Amino acid sequence: MKKIALIPVVAIGLLLLYAAQDFPEWGDPASPASSSPVSSHFISKTGVDTEVPNMVTAVLADYRGFDTMFETVVVFIAGLAVLAILKNSRRGRGTRKDHEVDAEPDLIVTNTVRLIVPVIQIFAFYVLAHGHVSPGGGFQGGVAMGASFILIALAWDLDVALVRFPLSRCVVVAGLGIVIYGGIGLISMFFGGEFLDYAELEKVLPVSREMARYYAMLGVEVGVGFTVTAIMFALYANLSTEGRLKGGL
Amino acid sequence: MGLALFNTFILLLLVVAALAALRIRDLITASVVFGVYSFLMCLLWAEMGAVDVAFTEATVGAGVSTVVMVATIFNLKRKSKD
Amino acid sequence: MFEEGAIFNELLLERLNYFIYVILLLIGLYAMISKNNLIKKLIGMSIFQTAIILFFVSLGVKEGATVPIYKAEHDPHGHAVSHDANDTEVDAGVVHSPQALKQGQVAQYANPLPHVLMLTAIVVGVATLGLALALTQRIFQGYGTVEEDELLVKLEREDARKSVSPLKAKVSTPKKTKTTKAKGSASHKKSVKPNPKASKTTSKRTSSPKKKS
Repeated sequence: MKKIALIPVVAIGLLLLYAAQDFPEWGDPASPASSSPVSSHFISKTGVDTEVPNMVTAVLADYRGFDTMFETVVVFIAGLAVLAILKNSRRGRGTRKDHEVDAEPDLIVTNTVRLIVPVIQIFAFYVLAHGHVSPGGGFQGGVAMGASFILIALAWDLDVALVRFPLSRCVVVAGLGIVIYGGIGLISMFFGGEFLDYAELEKVLPVSREMARYYAMLGVEVGVGFTVTAIMFALYANLSTEGRLKGGL
Repeated sequence: MGLALFNTFILLLLVVAALAALRIRDLITASVVFGVYSFLMCLLWAEMGAVDVAFTEATVGAGVSTVVMVATIFNLKRKSKD
Repeated sequence: MFEEGAIFNELLLERLNYFIYVILLLIGLYAMISKNNLIKKLIGMSIFQTAIILFFVSLGVKEGATVPIYKAEHDPHGHAVSHDANDTEVDAGVVHSPQALKQGQVAQYANPLPHVLMLTAIVVGVATLGLALALTQRIFQGYGTVEEDELLVKLEREDARKSVSPLKAKVSTPKKTKTTKAKGSASHKKSVKPNPKASKTTSKRTSSPKKKS
């Protein structure tokens, strides 16, 4: 019965291939996407408007900052939804716990992780702060930071990681990230600009209009980093223990 | 010419990894092969000049996504019927 | 027709990358439809998402272009570097005058717009994957399996049981909603314990899980 599904799938494939004839050649500099006025505006004016060398971060956090704010809200809502789904679950019928062993934390693993985790966290901060100049930014730094907590939970028990980052604090930190993002936008609005118009922040900070956008982008990325860190760790903690926060990997 | 060859080679490996991740019966092995798929994507994007996207895919796809999938499968049955 | 076929082939050889993207899309789509295991369906969904992101990012590729980060000579904060007579680099001091790039210089950089949009798409994809995995765990707790055919059999049996005796169903509907909620959290041990309120209506339900397992 399921083999019949092959027919519409192949039909869609042939349709897409037929449409692919009209595509521009690979890497064509004169293709409509590469020569569009919007992209040219972004590439040429980013240095003048915001003085940020990394165009992708500038477009992400400044020109299309509204997009990024709601993306952060989506991540936050997904984390809350996972918490809500798995919160009152009971352990199902025990058919599969034969491969679970109660092992002591291993000596080599714990000592290596003890050395590596501070380096990972400093690197995550670096990626977040240096995202203006090199590839990086809020998302990448936040995920690396969350991954460091997951590493602690994997090397020792989940309880050891939860002592450092309890789930109630996770939710608060995630909400704080969104408040920082929206707060910077609202402050810009109070000073007479539009929502998320960072240039108006020059009335508060002693810098020029362009540098105000630079620093506001940094603040916004910090907010995004907070949310992503907390949600990645909360996602792991809930999924590996079915919401009960005991046992797990 | 060399870059085009590299592109094609990595794309073929990508197709092989996708097919393998779907055919392997053991679910944890399938997750790990899916992590390999994410890493090959990251390599492809780095070659295309999309370094931010490659960085994000390396951390998110091959990092958190694989770990979260393995953590879930740990609580389910490890063998699938097909 | 044959001529068209030949042109078709030639175009595909030039645009081989798009051909492989379409193949990846088809693999993901077929996996979502036809695989039995729910986890395999989720892997198919992820393959589909990443294939679309791959296609979109490849629209921004320009031949001979570099990454979308300003080079040293266009850097807004950069020092202007000039070469003197001995061809060594002389630092001419901080030149703080960022200028808009001209058209020829714009073509040196890759298009940043697809990268930005796909950054959002990747993060949203992982959030969706986490949510889907949480739902899969709940399904496993409720039904004991994540294979689609076994799930369908169990759901059909539940539907058949619910509609078997309309008289009894009417009497016990308020209590039944309480027990269906309890069943959703898969605490079958609760129904075995002596519970004077719900014992009468759950006796029909306690016999069924024993039949199922």
